Amino acid sequence: MIVSDLFLLALKTIFAQPFRATLIIIAMTIGISSVSILTALGESARSFVVGEFQALGTNLLIMMPGRSETVGGQPPVLGETPRDLTLDDAKAIAQIPLLKAIAPITIGSAPVSTAGLEREATIMGSSAALREVRHLDLARGQFIPTMDFDKAAPVCVIGQTIKEELFANRQSLGEWLRINDRRYRVIGVLGNTGQSVGVGFDEIVIIPIASAQMLFNNYSLFRILAEAKSQQAMYQASEQIRKIIKLRHEGEDDITIITQDSVVQTFNDILLSLTLAVTGIAGISLVVAGVLIMNVMLVSVTQRTAEIGLLKALGAGRRQILALFLTEAAMLSLTGAVLGILTGQAALHLLELIYPDFTFILPLWAQLAALLIAVVTALVFGVMPAYKAAALDPITALNRH
Amino acid sequence: MIALENINRCFEVGEQTVQALNDINLEIDAGEYISVMGPSGSGKSTLLNIISLMDQPTSGRYFLNGEDVTRLQDQQLAQVRNKNIGFIFQSFHLIPRMTAAENIELPMMLAGIPVKQRKSRVKQALSQVGLSERAKHLSNQLSGGQRQRVAIARATIMQPAILLADEPTGNLDSHSGREIVQLLEQLQQQGVTLIIITHDADLGQRAQRQLHMADGRLVEQ
Ligand SMILES: Nc1ncnc2c1ncn2[C@@H]1O[C@H](COP(=O)(O)OP(=O)(O)O)[C@@H](O)[C@H]1O
Ligand SMILES: [Mg+2]
Repeated sequence: MIVSDLFLLALKTIFAQPFRATLIIIAMTIGISSVSILTALGESARSFVVGEFQALGTNLLIMMPGRSETVGGQPPVLGETPRDLTLDDAKAIAQIPLLKAIAPITIGSAPVSTAGLEREATIMGSSAALREVRHLDLARGQFIPTMDFDKAAPVCVIGQTIKEELFANRQSLGEWLRINDRRYRVIGVLGNTGQSVGVGFDEIVIIPIASAQMLFNNYSLFRILAEAKSQQAMYQASEQIRKIIKLRHEGEDDITIITQDSVVQTFNDILLSLTLAVTGIAGISLVVAGVLIMNVMLVSVTQRTAEIGLLKALGAGRRQILALFLTEAAMLSLTGAVLGILTGQAALHLLELIYPDFTFILPLWAQLAALLIAVVTALVFGVMPAYKAAALDPITALNRH
Repeated sequence: MIALENINRCFEVGEQTVQALNDINLEIDAGEYISVMGPSGSGKSTLLNIISLMDQPTSGRYFLNGEDVTRLQDQQLAQVRNKNIGFIFQSFHLIPRMTAAENIELPMMLAGIPVKQRKSRVKQALSQVGLSERAKHLSNQLSGGQRQRVAIARATIMQPAILLADEPTGNLDSHSGREIVQLLEQLQQQGVTLIIITHDADLGQRAQRQLHMADGRLVEQ
C-alpha cells in the first residue's frame, strides 16, 4: 500500500467518526499542553535563577571560614572551631596575581538614622573592589574609595530603599548618616539593583571594611569575594588560596571556596531535576490520554469489524490493517499534540501578560519531545486495538453485524 | 487451476464439532462456469470461503495454479486473494462512507497501484457495469442492483482469474438479479472462471457444470 493512501484511508475513517476523533484529540491536547506548560515553567525558573547567579559576577570565588563538611572525613574534634578569616588573610590572598579584584566582607545589623528618621539596616563592610566583583551600579556619587584594607574612613554608600526612606526628598550626598553612635558621610547611592540573589543591596549601607570592624568590634571576616582574571585562573587561584591559608593557619586549609560556576551548576542541576519531576507528573495526563486512545480504538475496532473483514477479503494482510489503525491513532494524537503545544504557548503568553517581569520559554527540544511522546503514546496504546483488528478472521468479521 | 484434495473443514461449536466440509475433492479448470446448489447449511459458503482463501481447511490440500496455498502465511494469502480472486457477497459489503468509485478503487489501493492508473481503471470499470453517472454516489444513494454492480466492479478491478459469488442475487428483485447474472456471465465469457452459489434452480441450470452439496459432501451430476 502506498503511504499516502494509508494516510488518506486513515483520514477518511477519522472524519467518519468525528466525535471519537474529537475525544482523542482533546485528551492529547490536555496532556501535551500540561506537559509543555509545566516544562516551560520549570525551564523559565531554571534560566531565571541561573541568570541571577551569573549576574553575581564573573569568575567569582567565594571564600568562607571553616571547611565544608561535604568532603567527608573525620568530624572536627570536640571544641575545635575553625580559625577566623582575617583581613591579613585577605591581604595575603590579594597578592595572588591571578586575581583581578578582591573584596573582604563583614556583615552586621545596626540602626541607622538621620534627621530624626531611623531604621534598622544591614551594614556591609567591604572595599572598593566590591563594586567590580559584584557588578554594582551607582545612581549617584562615588563608591568606597580605593585604600588600604586596614584604613577606616567615615564614609558610606547607601542602597535605594535607605535613600528613599531616610532622605525622602532630600539630597543625600554629603549628608551625615548615623550608624549606632558613629557618623558617616554619604558619598554614593547605589543604582536600582532589583532582585538579587543573596543580599538585597537596596536595603544596605556599605562602609569601608576597617570601619565596619571597629563599628561591630568584630575582626573576623564573613566572606572574601574575589574575581579571577579568567575561568582558568579561577581554578588555579583556588588552589593557591588553599596553599596560602594552609601556611597561615598552622597547616590547616580550614576554608571553603565556592567557585561561582559550581553554584550555578548546582542550582542548574537542582532546577533541572525539578523540571523533569514536574514534567513527569504532568506526563500522567499523557498516560490517561493513552488509555483513552486505547479504549476508543477498541470500541472502534468492534464497530468496524465488518469493514475490517471486507478489507481482508479484498486483500489486506495483517500488516496493512495494523498500519491503518496505527496511522489513525498517530494522526489523531499528533493533531492533539500540535494543538496542545499551541494551547501551551497561548497559556504562556497569558502568563507573560500577567507577570511581565518573567519570560516564559518553551524550549524547542521540549516541543519536539512532546510531539515524539504523543506519537509514541499513540503507538504504544494503539498497538493492542490494532492487533485485535489485524487478528480478526475475515469470515467471522464479515458475517458480524 | 483449482484443485482441492481431501478437504475437511470442522467447526467447534461448544462441545460439538460441526463438519461443514467432508472430504471434498474437486478440480476446476480455467474459464469454467460452475454453479453450486444445495440446501441451507450444506457447506456451500464454507467451500467458497476456502477457495477464496478467506478460510483455511482443517485438513486436506488446496492447489491454486499448481501452488500449495494451504501452506501460505497471512501476508502471502492476502496477496494471492488480492491478485487472483474476486468475491461477490450476498449483502454487497460496500463501505458506506465511501463513494462508488472509492469502493471500486480499494483493492488497487491495497495492492499499491499508483493513483493515476487507478483513476482510469475505475472509470473504465464503472462504464463496464453501466454506472458511469454514479461514480460519486454513496452506497445508500444506490439501489440494490446498483450496489451489487459496484461490488462486481470492485471484485474484478484487479482482473482476477477467479470470480466467486455467494448468492449474489439473494438480496435483489428478479429484474436486477437477472442483470447481475448477465453481467457475471459476460465476464465469464471473457475468460474468467466463475463459481456461483445459488438457491435459484433456473439460475443454477445456466452453468455448464453444476455442483450439488449435501451435508458437507459434493454430489456432482
Ligand atoms: N464460523 C462457523 N462456526 C460454526 N459453525 C459454522 C461456521 N460457519 C459455518 N458453520 C456451520 O457449517 C455448516 C455449513 O455452513 P455454510 O457453509 O454456511 O452452509 P451454506 O452456505 O450451504 O448454507 C453449517 O452447519 C453451519 O452452521
Ligand atoms: Mg451460505
